[in-house]
Amino acid sequence: MSSNPNDTKYVAVPGPGMIPERDKDKRPVLEASHLGIDFGGLTAVDEFNIAIGATEIGGLIGPNGAGKTTVFNLLTKVYQPTRGVIMLDGKDTHGMNTTQANQAGIARTFQNIRLFDKLTVEENVKIGLHSSIGYHLPSAVLRLPRYWREEKKAHEKALELLDIFDMADMADVRSSSLPYGAQRRLEIVRALATGPKILLLDEPAAGMNPSETEELMNNIRKIRDTFNIAVLLIEHDMNLVMGICENIIVLNFGKIIAKGNPKTIQNDPKVIEAYLGSQDAE
Amino acid sequence: MLNYLISGISLGSVYAIIALGYTMVYGIAKMLNFAHGDIIMVGGYAAFCAGTYLGWPVPLAILFSMMICTILGIVIEKLAYKPLRNATSLAVLITAIGVSYLLQNLALLIWTSNPKAFPNMVNFIPSIVLGKNSDNPITISSATIVTIAASIIIMVALTLFTGKTKMGKAMRAVSEDKGAAQLMGINVNATISVTFAIGSGLAAIAGVLLCSAYPTLMPTTGSMPGIKAFTAAVLGGIGSIPGAMLGGILLGILEKFAQAYISTQLSDAIVFAALIVVLLVKPTGLLGKKMTEKV
Amino acid sequence: MGNKIKILGKTNKNSLMGFINYGIIILFFVVITIVKQAGALTNALSGQLIPICAYIVMALSLNLVVGISGELSLGHAGFMSVGAFSGVIVSGAMNYGGVTNGAIRLIVAMIVGAILAGIAGVVIGIPVLRLRGDYLAIVTLAFGEIIKNVLNCLYVGVDKAGLHFSVTDEAHMDMSAEGVTLVRGPMGAVGVVKASTFLAGIILILLTLFVIQNLINSRTGRAIMAIRDNRIAAEATGINVTKYKMIAFVTSAVIAGSAGALYGLNFSTIVPKKFDFNTSILILVFVVLGGIGNLTGSIIAAALLTVLPEIFRPFQDYRMLVYAIVLILVMIATNNERLRAFWKRIGHVFRKKGGEVNEQ
Repeated sequence: MSSNPNDTKYVAVPGPGMIPERDKDKRPVLEASHLGIDFGGLTAVDEFNIAIGATEIGGLIGPNGAGKTTVFNLLTKVYQPTRGVIMLDGKDTHGMNTTQANQAGIARTFQNIRLFDKLTVEENVKIGLHSSIGYHLPSAVLRLPRYWREEKKAHEKALELLDIFDMADMADVRSSSLPYGAQRRLEIVRALATGPKILLLDEPAAGMNPSETEELMNNIRKIRDTFNIAVLLIEHDMNLVMGICENIIVLNFGKIIAKGNPKTIQNDPKVIEAYLGSQDAE
Repeated sequence: MLNYLISGISLGSVYAIIALGYTMVYGIAKMLNFAHGDIIMVGGYAAFCAGTYLGWPVPLAILFSMMICTILGIVIEKLAYKPLRNATSLAVLITAIGVSYLLQNLALLIWTSNPKAFPNMVNFIPSIVLGKNSDNPITISSATIVTIAASIIIMVALTLFTGKTKMGKAMRAVSEDKGAAQLMGINVNATISVTFAIGSGLAAIAGVLLCSAYPTLMPTTGSMPGIKAFTAAVLGGIGSIPGAMLGGILLGILEKFAQAYISTQLSDAIVFAALIVVLLVKPTGLLGKKMTEKV
Repeated sequence: MGNKIKILGKTNKNSLMGFINYGIIILFFVVITIVKQAGALTNALSGQLIPICAYIVMALSLNLVVGISGELSLGHAGFMSVGAFSGVIVSGAMNYGGVTNGAIRLIVAMIVGAILAGIAGVVIGIPVLRLRGDYLAIVTLAFGEIIKNVLNCLYVGVDKAGLHFSVTDEAHMDMSAEGVTLVRGPMGAVGVVKASTFLAGIILILLTLFVIQNLINSRTGRAIMAIRDNRIAAEATGINVTKYKMIAFVTSAVIAGSAGALYGLNFSTIVPKKFDFNTSILILVFVVLGGIGNLTGSIIAAALLTVLPEIFRPFQDYRMLVYAIVLILVMIATNNERLRAFWKRIGHVFRKKGGEVNEQ
């Protein structure tokens, strides 16, 4: 795959949008059409349409308060949408809660980090692995061989995942005592551990320095390539967005104002206006 | 039937006054002040001592009792709760329980466990007898009249106080966001002290009214009414002044009707069951604000 | 990849703590037995042994809810009373039916008590666990009071035809003349034929530790703690919040039920009022003073705080007063921000002097 996101060829799919040509034989992992939510009469998001290909890296940008995190909350069913349909890997998510949405293949990180503070790094990852650990409460209480076998497997798997971000040596550290950047990376590992088909990252580079951001970009690509999953990210760091996102959606006041590859977005007058304000103010 | 309704409203008004104290303190300090019920008991003893031992006139005895409780409330807040301003709610709750034990045991040492016969302090108003000539006339006792009147006056006064005065507005600001209130130049500590003072003063009134209606005074007199009034505050929506009033009156009526028509022994169970049913339908109580968690 | 060879470091630490807990209990048993043999055990203390065991189990089980699951419960004594009364009834019926062996009666009573308390846990958990924080606390308090009130109205007797129940009075039990009344409303269970022993109490503690410790170090335990630490993140990580909160709550109720049976069969009479709000609070105090989530702490706090008031019996009038003051002071000393920082600094100084500076 080319490392220049502008090179990705896009094809139209039936439904709400375009997906990369390389994914056209596979079902889009996420499709949202006419999605919207009102909070007490106030429309926070409206007419949100998106299709994400099976291995696509997408970006969601927009000024503060544009409704980006609200979109994430809708897609992961933290909020139930007022209008519209969300299809996750071909399944309608109507009526699902956050837990079920995760089990259906969507995992996320949070803008304000939400780790399991009192648990270790490894335990945080193992909670992500929860549904893939194959024993029940009685075998745990009685410490049957099945328990030891599955725990050992989970331990190895957790270290393997942590190794993506070179964090395996921190496995026994309490997660709340990790430095900020490492906490963000741990959230990504935990989300990955749930075995998602699409990973939503809410400002993954927040608080990182340029070299850390550079490393994060490589890691996001690495994750996409090794796990063959899609990534959708919210980010204010334009170097990161323009560097890895093949398709970018710009949101302003809850509505999509532009869609396209980095080059298109960078030159779109509506996007420039949204970020800098109108040039010809009345 | 009407008899039970009246005695229910009367009991409910006492609950309402106690619940108002709970609700104010919870709204501002975000803590369950379990010792509130015991302040009622202290208020009862203070009025009793002033009235019976010292022979003071009733208004003076009540004023004395309010003064004692107000000071007690402020002292408790300063010594026990203020050091825990940023601690977990569980830590504060346990401390409040400790304070409750402390007050009960101090009362036990001072006044022993023998119940005191509390004089009716509010018989300056004559009882009203309705339907004097019918077969079963209904008597509304002086305690009932005063209790109901007092609860209404207190509720209106508190509503005006929190709505109109500078201190009241400061209280509302602190209850919304302690940090932001502080940045706006509000003295958070003073505001919380005033809240405790008001809540404890109300507890003294509740103590006098409660003991006038149910004239046995013991170190444990306050605990059960305290728990029930707390239930009433939650039922009505904790943090809400009209909610506390509504919850208190509903609870009082329910308790009296349950005693009359179902079972005296099960009346408490029925009261608590009602709370559970209400919370299942409206998780923040009848008049409580809906809480949303930001993600 | 040197990391992969690393063995289960954290798990080892946890199981070490687990073994320490088993060790403390066994040591406690051995010491008490020796002292008893030597005849140096006072009557007052000897009578407290089984209640101590029951309270340790109660504290451990409440710690599962408060410390591990992170929900404040103020009605835990309710489950204990369900266990105590069902245990006493079953044991009484067995005794009437000719099963006089204490050990068998106690085991059956504990199992029945655990099951019934577990059922109560499910019934209460369904509404309670939908609520959060202080609301959950007040509803558990309400349930504790409801259980107490209902038991206050319960009359149970046994005759040749089996058990007879009534919620009004003894006469309504429709029991034949040669029957025996087991539970008499507010008077509680009367004429209980005791069956509890200190050894049984110790075994119950060990069993409880076994269940709770193994639960904590499993995927189930991790899920429960994840919900405690961050409910929203747990949901987004695919954890079924209701299910795991329920598992913690019901497991805790089951354990409390068996502790109740142990407690109930230690006295010849037992009244419903014994398991009121104050008892729930007492158990909560054990958990909080022992350290929330700290099982060893729960054990020590439950044992010491049950014995201390007995030791201070000569100062009867003042002991509860002192208890209250100590409670307040300990809470302030361990939770005040400035004092906490102070303890930390002291801790640092000592560690440095010990030469074991472990800079992370």
